[in-house]
Amino acid sequence: MHGILNAFSSASQSSERKTSRLSGNGIDTTKTLCFSFDGHNYTGHPGDTLASALLANGVRLVGRSFKYHRPRGILSAGPEEPNALVELRGGARREPNSRATVTELYDGLISTSQNRWPNLAFDALGINGMMSPVFTAGFYYKTFMWPASFWEKFYEPVIRRAAGLGRAADEADPDHYEKNNAFCDVLVIGSGPAGLSSALAAAESGARVILCEQDSLLGGRLRAENIQIDNHPGWQWAEDIVSHLRNMSNVRIMTRSCVFGRYDGGTYGVVERVSDHLAEPLPGQPRQRLWRIIAKQGIVATGGIERPIVFPNNDRPGIMLAGAVRTYINRFGVTPGQQAVVYVNNDDGLRTVSDLLAAGARIAAVVDSRAQPSSQAKTIIQQTGAPLFFGARIADTSGYRGVKMAIIRDNKGKNHRIACDLIAVSGGWNPDIALTTHDGGRPVYNETLATFVPALDSEDLHVAGVAAGTMTTAEALREGAQVGQRAAAQCGFREPSTPPVATPAVDQDETYGVVAQWHALDKESSQRAGKAFIDFQNDVTAKDTKLAAREGFISVEHLKRYTTLGMATDQGKTANVNALALLAEVTQQSIPQTGTTRVRPPTQPVALGALGGPHRGKHFKPYRLPPTHQWAVEQGAVFTANGLWLRAQWYPRSNETSWEETVNREVKTVRNAVGFCDVTTLGKIDIQGPDAATFLERVYVNAWQKLPIGRARYGLMLREDGFAFDDGTTARLGENHYVMTTTTANAGPVMQHLEFCHQWLWPEMNVQFISVTDEWAQIAVAGPKARDVLRQIVDPAFDLSNEAFGYMAAASVTICGGQTARLFRLSFSGELAYELAVPARYGDALAKLLMRVGQSYGIAPYGTEALGVMRIEKGHPAGPELNGQTTAHDLGMGRILSKKKDFIGKTMAARPALTDPSRPTLVGLRPLSPTLPLVSGSHLLPKGKPATACFDQGWISSSAWSPTLKSWIALGFLAHGPERHGEIIAVHNPLAGTITEAEIVSPVFVDPEGTRLHA
Amino acid sequence: MRLTCPHCGARALEEFTYRGDATLRRPAEDAPHQAWVDYVYLRDDPAGYHSELWYHGVGCRAWLVVIRNTLTHQIKSVSSAVASPAPNKSDS
Amino acid sequence: MSSDHYSLFSLLRESLRGHAGWKPAWRKASPQLAYDVIIVGGGGHGLATAYYLARRYGIQRVAVLEKGWIGGGNVGRNTTIVRSNYLLPGNTPFYECSMKLWEGLEQDINYNAMVSQRGVLNLFHNDAQRNAYIRRGNAMRLNGVDAELLNIEAVRNKVPFLNFDNARFPIQGGLLQRRGGTVRHDAVAWGYARAADRLGVDIIENCEVTGITIQNGIATGVETTRGKITAGKIGLACAGNSSLVAAMAGLRLPIESHVLQAFVTEGLKPFIDCVTTFGAGHFYISQSDKGGLVFGGDIDGYNSYAQRGNLPVVEDVIEGGMALMPRIGRVRLLRQWGGIMDMSMDGSPIIDHTSVGGLYLNAGWCYGGFKATPASGLCFAHLLARDEPHEVARDYRLDRFGRGAVIDEKGVGAQPNLH
Repeated sequence: MHGILNAFSSASQSSERKTSRLSGNGIDTTKTLCFSFDGHNYTGHPGDTLASALLANGVRLVGRSFKYHRPRGILSAGPEEPNALVELRGGARREPNSRATVTELYDGLISTSQNRWPNLAFDALGINGMMSPVFTAGFYYKTFMWPASFWEKFYEPVIRRAAGLGRAADEADPDHYEKNNAFCDVLVIGSGPAGLSSALAAAESGARVILCEQDSLLGGRLRAENIQIDNHPGWQWAEDIVSHLRNMSNVRIMTRSCVFGRYDGGTYGVVERVSDHLAEPLPGQPRQRLWRIIAKQGIVATGGIERPIVFPNNDRPGIMLAGAVRTYINRFGVTPGQQAVVYVNNDDGLRTVSDLLAAGARIAAVVDSRAQPSSQAKTIIQQTGAPLFFGARIADTSGYRGVKMAIIRDNKGKNHRIACDLIAVSGGWNPDIALTTHDGGRPVYNETLATFVPALDSEDLHVAGVAAGTMTTAEALREGAQVGQRAAAQCGFREPSTPPVATPAVDQDETYGVVAQWHALDKESSQRAGKAFIDFQNDVTAKDTKLAAREGFISVEHLKRYTTLGMATDQGKTANVNALALLAEVTQQSIPQTGTTRVRPPTQPVALGALGGPHRGKHFKPYRLPPTHQWAVEQGAVFTANGLWLRAQWYPRSNETSWEETVNREVKTVRNAVGFCDVTTLGKIDIQGPDAATFLERVYVNAWQKLPIGRARYGLMLREDGFAFDDGTTARLGENHYVMTTTTANAGPVMQHLEFCHQWLWPEMNVQFISVTDEWAQIAVAGPKARDVLRQIVDPAFDLSNEAFGYMAAASVTICGGQTARLFRLSFSGELAYELAVPARYGDALAKLLMRVGQSYGIAPYGTEALGVMRIEKGHPAGPELNGQTTAHDLGMGRILSKKKDFIGKTMAARPALTDPSRPTLVGLRPLSPTLPLVSGSHLLPKGKPATACFDQGWISSSAWSPTLKSWIALGFLAHGPERHGEIIAVHNPLAGTITEAEIVSPVFVDPEGTRLHA
Repeated sequence: MRLTCPHCGARALEEFTYRGDATLRRPAEDAPHQAWVDYVYLRDDPAGYHSELWYHGVGCRAWLVVIRNTLTHQIKSVSSAVASPAPNKSDS
Repeated sequence: MSSDHYSLFSLLRESLRGHAGWKPAWRKASPQLAYDVIIVGGGGHGLATAYYLARRYGIQRVAVLEKGWIGGGNVGRNTTIVRSNYLLPGNTPFYECSMKLWEGLEQDINYNAMVSQRGVLNLFHNDAQRNAYIRRGNAMRLNGVDAELLNIEAVRNKVPFLNFDNARFPIQGGLLQRRGGTVRHDAVAWGYARAADRLGVDIIENCEVTGITIQNGIATGVETTRGKITAGKIGLACAGNSSLVAAMAGLRLPIESHVLQAFVTEGLKPFIDCVTTFGAGHFYISQSDKGGLVFGGDIDGYNSYAQRGNLPVVEDVIEGGMALMPRIGRVRLLRQWGGIMDMSMDGSPIIDHTSVGGLYLNAGWCYGGFKATPASGLCFAHLLARDEPHEVARDYRLDRFGRGAVIDEKGVGAQPNLH
């Protein structure tokens, strides 16, 4: 860090003219910060934005436009900025398309211009401007079609390289992001006069208030204007109110917090820029924080966005919104020019004249498009002596890298060439209404204000101030207080008998008096080459609008999409209303007839990192760990993800050289001795109640009424559409007590399904469910020696002999001298096997115990891979077979569908397409050459037939090397499969380029008689 | 969007799972085939108020009947599925 | 002289005279009293249907009725992906037919829709997913569709900026369809509209159908906000509103309307070449020619006609994005929007006649309708012209639900929000 500081210690002399710094209400001139732009070093002050600091250093050219690469400066002083986009920071923290106008200056800030080559002052693609007669709106739809293959090879790469703006970072974002929820009665968005007075009124009523301000400082336009409230500068009044609010326990103030979206149910999306004003986040701090604010009432006090006026060459550096000029003067102490032309169609813009004079600039001319000078205009001109052109317009400008001259056409049609280095433009203000339209509400056009205002029909959203079309400070203060009180009252807070705030006095007479002038174009100027821009960033001109209309793109949405108007990073904040007005003019409609495009969230671009929050990398999703996880880690197990679960896949030994070797050894251990495997992840649902058996009858396809206590049974569930849903075993532990197991993947969905069936379909049934998946550690102990091992653990009172505790037996037992456990004689492997369940906290101890007592029997743990091999050897369907597309018939279980009762899926399972015998049905497959792998996902075609879909008869769902059979084996689905045992079929894997042959066999490869199972 | 669960209070959308149309009634086992096809596959899908089933899986595990406007997402009522008046809820 | 054939030559000629000679892309037609065929819905599918009716089946007394502006539905609010990487026999030939039409589209309709075959890569993260993709890729190959299985090294080479080293669900490989890619979505609507218009089709905007006239079980015309229009046949191609329009004819459909959100970032210099889909979350992404990252994920999951969604899905999608490509953390989301999807009961579409005579249905596209646009138009035109299903759309029948012949790629059953 110090290295960077040192590098800046002698700010190099800029070639640009440097202006002297005045005092501003938002900056601290006692401290100096160093920063760089395009490799040049400059200084600024705390409180500066990059834009204000660049202007203070006399830098006017900061960017290039998207299409024509026109030189561009700083248009605005806020988030609506279309031109002044830079790449901020560097390396993994590189932030493309950062708006200089909202980038807070910090010591060591590095910024670079973008979308130019080789440099900003000379940009080779500036030639695009000369090609502009060809590069009109939508030109690319009309060409680049021949020859067809050239699009990907040639045209598109050229276009892609030229397009885009900044460069995304090449590395993973190193910063952290957080997510948070907050709740309040009243959310106030914006801290200008309307926002502050509404927050105060709501808070005084007792409501819990959150005040969100996107800026680092509170006060809104009060910081930008030279205005007195109650005999104080407006910004001081704002600070007084803010300190009052800060002392109230029911108020929370959030700065640097942009409310970017309004969603259903009073949910607001907010991004707080916690650390963007620093070189790096402080230790333990996130870069940004996403807030979901749930508010009973919302107040939009977001102010307005000033409109430019469309005139030829209106995009040169030095042409700036009038309100922004005042912001730079009053808040930042920067005078953006020394010789200014002020061009307005309203009184508000005329404030700029006195502010510029007070800042020491000269007024070269005031151009007022209104036919008659307003009294405000007359007063200002009288006070200042500046030359006033009324009924006039700017006909053109000159100055390639910065404006040098305005050509003013007076009301007689005479041109005046006025030298200047700044043109301050105000075409009036558009209320910033985005948040009022996110729910689909459309704004309405207000002729008097010449703009769209919110049409609110919402009980939980209010608008105040300029956002509501209330254009003066005094009225905004008054309206804010009213709205704040109303919002609090809606939340049930009593309206105080006396008004909470005496409406403060605004010392100036404010008038607005806008008379629409959307553009300054006449027949002559529209013939000229000079481009008059509507959308600065995307280089959409008045001519493009006309062309689009000529080609029939006269719906406002068509205009937007055809010309790309309003689709740049600023989303047309300064462009959209002017564009509508021009379109209305071209199509000879009124503006309301022309309509508006729909505003979508976010109101300002939001970093993806903030929306992703901490859920990235290993933290993308939480881990679920079975009770023996830590023990498995200690054994050196290799793990695999199974949904959210992490399961031991195999347990390699040091002498083993491949995972296959390990898995083969684990299988052999189970088949010849004994092994154990944590099967806790299978869903376990405890079912109790007098109607439990009846309930099971309805959700499983097979019969349950006669299952005795102490026995378990395999069950298959269908969805109501008749396809297989899930399978597992359910054991009856008591008269009215069952415990169901589900597959790992369907533990949640089955629980939901049971609750649905009970609560919605059969609420009359007396039965209850609870998931006990996480309560019990369940371990399968499998192999010929399983009983011997368990006898070392299960208390002697329980007889484990085959006669007393045979296949599918289930019981509550005690182990280790009294510890409660459950024992099930279930087998997935086909061996003599048990599942032993103990309270989850004993899972780890049980694993250790099994290792100890099983040592003399050759016990070893086995993972999911060996489990999978053994279930394929036994032909048990699992996830790949129960894939939601198969039926009981497909799985070879058609015969277990009960005909004696109704059950979920019964009727639909009888549909012809589900019982068609030509449906692919479960078979086993063995390759003719045992060592030739059968690949899952291969398709099955008759031998000798060409590899085309019309001969496709089935596919392989699961395959494995069987160490027991010393052969590859597979399960698959094949048309008429069960009738074709013994037939040789071709196994096609075109992805790998292989065709092999396999014999169709029974899916049960090992111990088809079940001798081992029942041993 | 937020749903006010009758058991748990107002909760965020991510706690709930959607199922759909709450006006459907499961036909009897021996109902005509078309009644079953209608039940499993056909929907009214109105633009406006829609009676629908949601599951409060991250809360109390109750199935809820929610009346919600599909044009505005406004929620008119939330009630427990078990308690909701549903004459002829099940013919089986 | 006006310019009506688009080419570099005509563009240069017009640029010398202020582009004064371009004709409207389509006439602003007013409704006539009667047509041979009325297509309800001026989206991609409706316009394509009209084009193919006129071009391939010689039926030119065709009107496309659009309640707003053409292309304003899902053709104008999707993530622009085209592909034919389907598993099931009912689907693969249809989507491959569509892919082949995309490949010749621009020359066919003389409009540059920027069909960009940059590849579609589906990542897998575990063995089960890999096996499912092998099954799918092999089904594609057996159907004559291109597919390649990439191992982890090949994925690394192709998209080196993904998160390979610190992932919750590490990438194991991917299934690549090189012929898949993206198409400039609006241009598809405009290009078909222009081409259909030149063949005499009336494209009638701001003309909302308010009723369907049925006499003796036969649909004979429509009532609209611009008057009554009679027709020999009526084709509904209004996905997003299918249920509502079908209800005018007394029909209930196997469809729910759901909202799907999509997203675009600020413009960036190109770095994502092929369309990439994450297999451990629902997230797919491509980069447009303008430089924006275009991405999407799951539907919100509840019935909606509001064309907007909610934050949980926004966050879920972007969490997937950050998990897959953590370098986009400082890239900014510029805009999110919502479209209304016809979510069908098996996740597959319907192109069929209805139980009302003369009334035909093209619906149920779920969130995969854009890639289907050309084949959907062709097959619907075929059905309307010949009264029999096109060979590649023969499984998209309404009666498949009764028969059980569902086409359920995801295997989730009659639960539309899970497809």
